[in-house]
Amino acid sequence: MPAVGEAAPTFALPDTEGVLHSPDGTKATVVVFTCNHCPYALAWHDRIVELARAYAAHGVSTLAINPNDAERYPRDSPEAMHARVRAGEFDGVPYLRDESQDIARAYDAKTTPDVFVLDAEGTLRYRGAPDADYEDPTQNAVYVRDALDAVLDGHSPQPAQTPPVGCSIKWKLQD
Amino acid sequence: MRRNVVAIQVELFYWEGCPSHPRALADLREQMTVLGLDPEAIELREVETEGDAERERFVGSPTIRIDGEDVSPIAAEPYGLTCRVYHRRDGRIYPTPDPADLRDALSAAMTTSERS
Repeated sequence: MPAVGEAAPTFALPDTEGVLHSPDGTKATVVVFTCNHCPYALAWHDRIVELARAYAAHGVSTLAINPNDAERYPRDSPEAMHARVRAGEFDGVPYLRDESQDIARAYDAKTTPDVFVLDAEGTLRYRGAPDADYEDPTQNAVYVRDALDAVLDGHSPQPAQTPPVGCSIKWKLQD
Repeated sequence: MRRNVVAIQVELFYWEGCPSHPRALADLREQMTVLGLDPEAIELREVETEGDAERERFVGSPTIRIDGEDVSPIAAEPYGLTCRVYHRRDGRIYPTPDPADLRDALSAAMTTSERS
């Protein structure tokens, strides 16, 4: 489990077309664990996509990862993920499948959404909620935006960590 | 405030793993109070296991039933321990029912109860 200031786990996960994506080669990376079936993830979704669009021009990449057990939660199936991408809901943000759930476990992701901001060296600089209130679109994912602004300016984000809010990750049942 | 003496059953099914039920309970209590119903009459039913979810036909937390009828019926959702998606009347996605939907469902049940 990475703490803020430590190296974040690296990964290569497939998007809905099977193309592998990794958090490298950019000035900063937003890794957001999310899904299709959680009202909190859906309520925050547009704010995440908007910030991805806004910060892409500053050299920031955003990777959305769905780690949920699709067998028990069919709305999180690869087919359902593909349908949302085809519908344009991700607007260029790669929507990745963490089938083994190893990456969610490595990040110690708790909920959907759970947001992690990595700097250019892959160091974890922020972890937590997008902003303080899923009900209020004007919050505009300000925790993540502030964290990115700080990282791009070479500073430490404040806050560097907030409690993630949302639905628990749907872990696969162990035999 | 004078309470309406109508016999309706209000149940709130919740799963502790989803953080939305306190908000749903507060909204439900508020709407019942507005309509003159006793908010303390709400029956809280915790759903703890997948087996409970199957047995209670629980499609997510929170689920609110008035006289056994879901306040926001949905079709073809699997039963299970998860958070439930609701759509507010303005189209936004929320983890809890629109208070206006709660009020309408309560009012309809009160009317039915008064007639019977």
